[in-house]
Amino acid sequence: MSESKEIVSNNQTRKVTIKAFRFNAETDYLPYIKQYKMEVGKDELILDLMNRIKWEHDGSFSYRRSCRHGICGACAIKVNGKSVLACKQNAIELLDLFDNDITLEPSSKKRVIKDMIIDKSDFWEKHAAIKPYVVADVDPRPSHESKQSIEEFNNFMDSDLCIQCGACHYACPALEVNPDFLGPAALNAAYRFTVDTRDTAGDERLAITAELGSGVWDCVKCFECAEACPKEINPIEKIGKLHNLQFVRGVAQSNVATRHAEGFLRGIIKTGYLDEADIVTYSEGYLGMYKHLGTALKMMKSGKIHWHSGIPFINSIPKIKNLDEVQKLIQISQTNKL
Amino acid sequence: MSQLHYALFTGCTAKQSTPELLSSTLAVAEKLGIKITILEEASCCGASHLQDFDEFLAHVLNARNICYAEKLGLTMITICNTCQLNSAMTKHALDKDPVLKAKVNEKLAEVGLEYKGTSEIKHFLYAIIDEYGLDNVKDKVTVPLSHLNIAPFYGCHNIRPSELHKDANGHENPYNPNSLDRLITALEGHPVNYESKNKCCGFHVELQANHTSEVLAGNALLDAMDNNADMMVTPCPLCHLKMDTYQDSISKTMGRDVELPVLHMPQMVALALGCTEKEIGLKFHVQKATQLYTA
Repeated sequence: MSESKEIVSNNQTRKVTIKAFRFNAETDYLPYIKQYKMEVGKDELILDLMNRIKWEHDGSFSYRRSCRHGICGACAIKVNGKSVLACKQNAIELLDLFDNDITLEPSSKKRVIKDMIIDKSDFWEKHAAIKPYVVADVDPRPSHESKQSIEEFNNFMDSDLCIQCGACHYACPALEVNPDFLGPAALNAAYRFTVDTRDTAGDERLAITAELGSGVWDCVKCFECAEACPKEINPIEKIGKLHNLQFVRGVAQSNVATRHAEGFLRGIIKTGYLDEADIVTYSEGYLGMYKHLGTALKMMKSGKIHWHSGIPFINSIPKIKNLDEVQKLIQISQTNKL
Repeated sequence: MSQLHYALFTGCTAKQSTPELLSSTLAVAEKLGIKITILEEASCCGASHLQDFDEFLAHVLNARNICYAEKLGLTMITICNTCQLNSAMTKHALDKDPVLKAKVNEKLAEVGLEYKGTSEIKHFLYAIIDEYGLDNVKDKVTVPLSHLNIAPFYGCHNIRPSELHKDANGHENPYNPNSLDRLITALEGHPVNYESKNKCCGFHVELQANHTSEVLAGNALLDAMDNNADMMVTPCPLCHLKMDTYQDSISKTMGRDVELPVLHMPQMVALALGCTEKEIGLKFHVQKATQLYTA
């Protein structure tokens, strides 16, 4: 009885229209969307749908594929804006999520060569820029192995699982706006080699990833990369660790971003809360404050800046209850300094 | 339904630049018959920036906040996505790592506290939807929002990373979130469907990467406007600060006039429940929004 049920559910298919982004950079002026009717089975992957478009509907449909088991990283695309590795993503799951209306898109529309195939050169350039290898003086005739404890290895084990598919890189909104930003994949790789105990280029990598305009401080903290990674690496967690390492290893330069991170404590020690005005002044410096005068005036006009003491910004923030506990905890728990 | 009772973690902005968030939250809770105890002992969550500087210290301070909700035996509710994220990250880290939990508790013991892990942490939006219930909200609507096209702006830190939030946010899918849409519908407003609703507002790089911040906020505001939104609504006061306060400079960056009132989630509910003008606090907005109060 249960066996015949099983067979019925195996035969269940869903009739849908799959849309696909089509564009040939050599011949097309504009991209367009083409529709393909098909019946989708419950075990089919997005890669199966792409194969069927190519084999059963239109042989010119182009995409990258190779290993078909989630290790070569070739088949990363987007479906309705969601980054997926086509060979790992069940199709019915996405049809359910998007109400049977799905569009296959390249990872980055502005980098399309043909259909799903994009030019990933920016990805590889950024990856190469952070020295994605162990830098070490290796004895050509070693008498023993380079030993690493399990704990030391575990520090970078998950970040080492990256397959360079680019899913996180092209899901990153900071990178879309700021082409200089290294992006989550390169930063994950920077972390992976920096915490490797055999490596000696950690400080150099930390300096590269600390650059304002291209490094970790330009991450917008949206967590799109954590969501996009098909290997569950959580790149933003590694970006957070790179932030931390700057302070742990004492190589952080004092600038608007590092002062902004450290400056939170200034308010917390005084009132328990962040001091919104002080954090801007402290991070930017008094000279940098002029940029914010217009905004400050508008905020004052609409009552966003309080005047409890009769003078704006002075004693304008209430204090939390038991503030002494917070002060004591900071005193005994703070581990880093700028 | 027995009366819901929550411990409210206000966060910093509700006590400073967005007083309208706190007053509207309390007004909505009162209208809905939800009991609120404000955690006046709670300090800043670190907003991910203190975490960048000193992760352990941030865990200690967040664990202390949660201790006060645990002492009351209540679920801690937040009214800021970033407070939600950072409090939940600490809870998650301590609950899964007994060594870290012991280290944090060693510090907390110095001030007579102990983190146990007994309180849940939930954003007020999901407390309303998943625990109070949208049908019950519907029954309380006195000023239907049927004249408004409302663009829901979800804010990153309530929906990503989904693995962290799934138990607290009713398994909201970050690629197709619908909680705010359903809340708008319950208040008889018209949810605007637009691509940017689950995108980033750029607030967190406001100082060090201003251009990125302005463009991200501008993209979302213009997307909402181009889809005929009369207003935007967000559960996050940081998204609110970025999107409401900077529309002039965003207009310059984008080369198009950006003009859209942005409301906090509780303000929108307060409008529909007939709360007072003072409670809703639209006068505290930089982008004029007082016209939305019609009662």
